[in-house]
Amino acid sequence: MTAKHILSKLVFYILVLFVIVPVLFPLIWIFISSIKTQVDITAYPPKWIFNPTLQNYSRVFKEQNFLQFFYNSTLVGVTAVVFSLLLGLPAAYSIARYKQEKLGLLILVARLMPGIALLLPWYLLFSRLMLVDTYVALILSHMLIGLPIVVWIMTSFFASVPLEIEESARVDGATHQRTFIEIVLPVSTPGIVTSTTLAFLFSWNNFMFSQVLSMEKTKTLPIAVYNFVSYAEVDWGAVMAATVVIIAPAIILTMLFQKYVVRGLTMGAVKG
Amino acid sequence: MLESSFVDRHVKVLFPLPAVVFVALMMVFPVFYTFTISFTNWNLTSGLPPRFVGFKTYLSILQEPRFWAALVRTFYFTAFAVSVETLLGMIWALILNREFLGKNLVKMSLLLPMVSTPVAIGIAWTLFYEPTIGLANWVLRSTGLNPLKWIADKQLVIPSLVIVDIWQWTPMMALIMLAGLAGLSVEPYESAKVDGANGIQIFWRITLPMVSPVILTAVVLRSIDALKTYDIIYAMTNGGPGFSSETLNIYAYNLSFNYFRLGHASVVLFFLFVVVLILSYLVARLRQKLEE
Repeated sequence: MTAKHILSKLVFYILVLFVIVPVLFPLIWIFISSIKTQVDITAYPPKWIFNPTLQNYSRVFKEQNFLQFFYNSTLVGVTAVVFSLLLGLPAAYSIARYKQEKLGLLILVARLMPGIALLLPWYLLFSRLMLVDTYVALILSHMLIGLPIVVWIMTSFFASVPLEIEESARVDGATHQRTFIEIVLPVSTPGIVTSTTLAFLFSWNNFMFSQVLSMEKTKTLPIAVYNFVSYAEVDWGAVMAATVVIIAPAIILTMLFQKYVVRGLTMGAVKG
Repeated sequence: MLESSFVDRHVKVLFPLPAVVFVALMMVFPVFYTFTISFTNWNLTSGLPPRFVGFKTYLSILQEPRFWAALVRTFYFTAFAVSVETLLGMIWALILNREFLGKNLVKMSLLLPMVSTPVAIGIAWTLFYEPTIGLANWVLRSTGLNPLKWIADKQLVIPSLVIVDIWQWTPMMALIMLAGLAGLSVEPYESAKVDGANGIQIFWRITLPMVSPVILTAVVLRSIDALKTYDIIYAMTNGGPGFSSETLNIYAYNLSFNYFRLGHASVVLFFLFVVVLILSYLVARLRQKLEE
């Protein structure tokens, strides 16, 4: 019995490896390449043993103004998420409580809308308003990423908050807005964490909007990483280091809020 | 005091109002603007002001082989990627659907590809696909197979891009299905065991029918995202070689920002919008069904 037991365990963990290795390997290889010299990266067959170096990282920060791009991405992401919450939380509450299905559909369309469909009119309008290459234009565009995520996640979250706890507050004479702020929001913290994390991640990773709406001054990280490839000869070491710099914050955030990210990403397909 | 009671009475309107105004300004208005431009022959390189031409631009797009090729390619990419992701995701979910040591670590690893910046990931995969020094060909050569040109090959470019999409999004399908499997009730399984059903019968007769609503919703949502794929294609091939990986998204971008044929671009964009509208309605209906 024990031998059979061990064997089945072994088979199971081998199957798990079949899932996990292809998922993780490309990311690990990106990291390994980022600490190789250009000679080692372009070596064939691929080198598994080599002298690690940090020169790629120093090139990323010295040759390009990466700290500035890092700051731009963070500023745009954080501000867009804050405003998405300010606009999205009350809207989601109202949609959930008063069953405003048409409003829900409007937000759903915003969530599913391909960015490219808005990019051209935005560019024409923002350039007329002299807002191209400003944080305002970028933040507004990233809010259209964040707001639908907040509303989408929070609507089903608010719908699951039992009406009784609100009603008892109402009986005590509290207004709707006070009930919302003092009773409903505190019990909805997990949902707020979920939508905040996801909205920030999607803003952080967005390439298309910054590609057109930002230039040298407000350039975000995805554009900066892409710029490394446009040189005549690709500096693979720097590209890989830049890739690590941009995905590391996303990965750390995901690790910190793992439970919430899983819930947010699987939401909409699975009930609750 | 008066103010707060005013808010209290009109909470239904005032709460969603800022969000609605924002969406109206940032989405509804731009879509109408695009719709207006689509009836013109606006072309920035001509230097002429836009002129109303009715449905002429629509007809000209419909006669453009590049549009039809991009349309077919977009659906080919989506169908290819989503079907593999669904199948593989189901298999992964079935493997992982039990308690074991390190399950949380596995779930965390599954999250990493989909939270990684697509444009950066696309660039990194370009190095994997590099014909002479890339890992992909190293694997082929070491297993005795012939090396391929991957994204530099007109026939192989879409499958190569699909592989990247599969890598990024199969984990999400697996996680969704895993959550779906975890929510199943145990009773049908117990009675099936009493009746002496084997594992394969149980899967086809009980598990699959019970998780199918979850799978269906996941497939629709993923398909919409796959139709919109832009970052990895732009970063890896920019629609090339030739136009062999030009999807509707890339085509619309080129029309807008490389050729400045704004009238034509608007027709394609409005078409995309209509497709999304239909799919959104589908998602809303599915979500209602799931909630019942």
